[in-house]
Amino acid sequence: MLSLIATWINIITNVAIIILLLTGTFFILSASIGILRFPDVYTRLHAATKASTLGIASLLCGAFIYLYAAHHVVSGKLILAILFIFITNPVSGHMLSRAAHARGIKPVTHNRPDAYEEAINKYK
Amino acid sequence: MIAIEKLTAHLISICVTISIVGIAISLILLLYRIMKGPTNPDRAVGLDVVGVNLMGIAALAAIMLATDKLNDVVLLIGILSFLGTVGISKYLEKGVIIDRDLD
Repeated sequence: MLSLIATWINIITNVAIIILLLTGTFFILSASIGILRFPDVYTRLHAATKASTLGIASLLCGAFIYLYAAHHVVSGKLILAILFIFITNPVSGHMLSRAAHARGIKPVTHNRPDAYEEAINKYK
Repeated sequence: MIAIEKLTAHLISICVTISIVGIAISLILLLYRIMKGPTNPDRAVGLDVVGVNLMGIAALAAIMLATDKLNDVVLLIGILSFLGTVGISKYLEKGVIIDRDLD
């Protein structure tokens, strides 16, 4: 009976690892397709930061569960890497969009006004 | 029941291979954007996501080789990719990396 429960736990952790790995790969691939297909820098940043953050968090969760189930290693460094990605990826996206706007790259706005440009001109 | 367990354990190695192939395709698409990109911030965005993909490949290699020595590599690639992106964006914004005016 006890070995049956252990077998079920192994099956469930294996299925969880498989689902996490495939989800992470899907989101990373969709992030790069978005970078390839979107029209300007700002929409490309929208694809890059959100989708790749979720993808890499899912992949690292899969690696963490695999290392815990197969080797009984609780790897705090992977959890630390997930937290680091969650903190730093929006920061780098924000700095890249500021740099692009300061270099004078116009967003594709479809005849809507550029609100960030107006705010900068109001406070200057 | 043991057969199902062995089947799922075999499926994990297949899924690791599928994931490595998917991330390789993603890196090829990003390389196209880095070479072709109309402006320099486009290339910076591509290089940022290349760093994230390298973290994913290191995590997948840790699963495929069944070792825990690669977790340091994942964390280190993340830190260096963030520092590189911040340096590139500061350089693209003003031309200097370290400045003192707070606007």
